[in-house]
Amino acid sequence: MTPLLSVAVTATLVLYGLAMLLGLLRALRGPRAQDRVLAVDFLYVVGMLVMLVLAIRYDSSTYFEGALLMVLFGFVGSVALAKFLLRGEVIE
Amino acid sequence: MHLPWSEIVLSAMLLASGAVVFAAALALWRLPDFFLRMHAPALASTLAAWLVAFGSIVHFSTRAGEPSLHVWLTIVVLSITAPVTTMVLARAAMFRQRMSGDAMPPPL
Repeated sequence: MTPLLSVAVTATLVLYGLAMLLGLLRALRGPRAQDRVLAVDFLYVVGMLVMLVLAIRYDSSTYFEGALLMVLFGFVGSVALAKFLLRGEVIE
Repeated sequence: MHLPWSEIVLSAMLLASGAVVFAAALALWRLPDFFLRMHAPALASTLAAWLVAFGSIVHFSTRAGEPSLHVWLTIVVLSITAPVTTMVLARAAMFRQRMSGDAMPPPL
């Protein structure tokens, strides 16, 4: 890995980390339940992006499966939470 | 020092996606209203994800010397699921605001 790519990957991961911190603050702050669900969904997406960047960093395609699982679980979790907010139960 | 072109492209794409995701997080933190805040994560799940995925495809394809399209699956699944999540969440938020008697966003 060349120094340019190494610096770029590190800077990108730092930016993602700051973004996740802001998302976490929003999830903790609220003010309402839908804000928290939105923030957790955002955290899932950024976590997926971190996985893709780590795949480049460690030059391994195993991380792609992790990223795919993260997308799917984030989707299922967010939709279940949103359904719960809508009806008070997940499956009716 | 000679740099391969693919690394320059990949670095630019990674940094751009980092900046976009950070802008989305800043918007998620700073915007005053839930329905305004809903716009922010779309930035991360569309532009940033596509930038990283294309950079990754360029990187792994030039490294392997043949097309390597694993990442494609991730962004295809993300493009299908992200609008569904947004839609259901927006409906839930509107339902909750209407039930609690708060101010609703104006109709289109």
